[in-house]
Amino acid sequence: MIDVAVVAFEQRQEAAISGESEVEFMVPLMEQAKASVGLTQSDMGFTCSGSSDFLAGQAFSFVMTIDGTGPVPPISESHVEQDGAWALYEAWVKIQCGGIDTAFVYGYGKSSPGSVRDVLATQMDPYYVCPLWPDSYAIEALAARLMLEGGHVSESRLAEIAARSRASAASNPHAVRSDPKSVAEILAEDYAVDPLRPSDLPAEADGGCAVVLAAGDRARELCERPAWIRGMDHRGDAHTLGVRDLTSSASARLAAHHAGVAGDKIDLAELYGPFTTSEHLLIEALGLDEDRTAINPSGGALAAHTMMASGLIRIGEAASRIWRGDGDRAVAHATSGPCLQQNLVCVLEGD
Amino acid sequence: MTGESAATDPLAPPSGLAAPVTVPEALASAEPVESVCTPIRLAYTYTPGRALSGYLRAMGDKRILGERCGTTGQVFVPPRGVSPLAGTATSDVVELPDTGYVDSFNITRVPIERRPDLKPPYCSAWIVLDGASVGFMGLVINIAPEEVRIGMRVQAVWKPDEELETSAANILGWEPTGEPDEVITDYERIGRVEAAPA
Repeated sequence: MIDVAVVAFEQRQEAAISGESEVEFMVPLMEQAKASVGLTQSDMGFTCSGSSDFLAGQAFSFVMTIDGTGPVPPISESHVEQDGAWALYEAWVKIQCGGIDTAFVYGYGKSSPGSVRDVLATQMDPYYVCPLWPDSYAIEALAARLMLEGGHVSESRLAEIAARSRASAASNPHAVRSDPKSVAEILAEDYAVDPLRPSDLPAEADGGCAVVLAAGDRARELCERPAWIRGMDHRGDAHTLGVRDLTSSASARLAAHHAGVAGDKIDLAELYGPFTTSEHLLIEALGLDEDRTAINPSGGALAAHTMMASGLIRIGEAASRIWRGDGDRAVAHATSGPCLQQNLVCVLEGD
Repeated sequence: MTGESAATDPLAPPSGLAAPVTVPEALASAEPVESVCTPIRLAYTYTPGRALSGYLRAMGDKRILGERCGTTGQVFVPPRGVSPLAGTATSDVVELPDTGYVDSFNITRVPIERRPDLKPPYCSAWIVLDGASVGFMGLVINIAPEEVRIGMRVQAVWKPDEELETSAANILGWEPTGEPDEVITDYERIGRVEAAPA
């Protein structure tokens, strides 16, 4: 296994970026991420991005954003119609194949041009489910009801998760929802999608992020304290919601096992839980001890939910804390699909 | 295996498809559903972005805006806010004249479904505006397609003022100016731009 580290990370998240196209707001992030480690596009062995045409409302929308990399002379490039965390996975595999020691990864999405709750209905089964247009919040509320009625979680536990996210987000300039609220105040909120309250739902955002990966000695040259990827795995549950146990996350548990989450103390975890219910399930599935591990010190996806980037941002947030010495061992998680259908888990360590 | 027919005749359907479909007894009398229509309609408020918004607004005043690459000095039109060669944000907006020359062209002799207004044969061209580093797409009009040639000087034909919108459709086409042809000596250059210097 070749040692690969995250050595650069830039992000932008706002409630709505209405005046700029995707490539316009991504170009500065791409430039800054590369420049922060003194690299240009021609230094990159591979480039991979994650975005969605369903969000952009445009076919082959990622092609225009490739202009932002400066693809002349032609670059080795790929794209995933998934969160940028899966683009990072592809880049990591590419480095493992040998021959390159750097990769550039980015992910971005704008939810504000459309109705993201409805856009996400189109990822459901096209014959049985999509014609009913179940929006993404309603589907999560079905899982939440199962969790609450089955005694897997309480409403006050969900409110604690929401309150923690808001408190942590206060020190994150990229957070969209960071006004503090107590557990009592959250429990006093009217239901938004019963049994979920507004604070249980993600704060939808537009934005993106850019990451540089480097291998071995190259990473040590570029970064004083590289955030080494010690293990990474992604797993998917069945697409049909009816065959799944929505009160736990089997795929997250398996991915965490293969990524090597167990074994030593985890100082911090950046989990892509769009809902308080999902964050609760992830803490369980990854076997995290909240007394020993700081959960979502950035506020997580509850504080700013940027489709196609929130997973890669979790990896960047965890890596940044390792660079700064805020922790030695971190876990970053990304999800995709309804009710945590697909999960990617990445363990990062500093030397 | 797919059977011998596939091995001998590459155009034969796979034998799996040729085999009769068996259905459970309970469904024997059911009328087969041969197609399902799942209407999907999603509405977006699309943002062209800073550069294209400026371009489209200027179009409403019969002006053509490009953008300059701060690294290479090249001028791109239509602008996208980024230099695709340098991968950097473009530095400044450049107003271009509505004149240029034909860099390449084709003659279409079959109709296309989405443009019933286009009567074949018609000529689509790659037109390089004076002061631009790249060509952009337009129709060459008011001339027989057979007479169009590389290097021919052209000028935009705009919609009447009362019909102008913030749209690229404001340019109906490009007509010959009658000026002497652009002398193109470097045919290697046609259709592409130079990479940013190392």
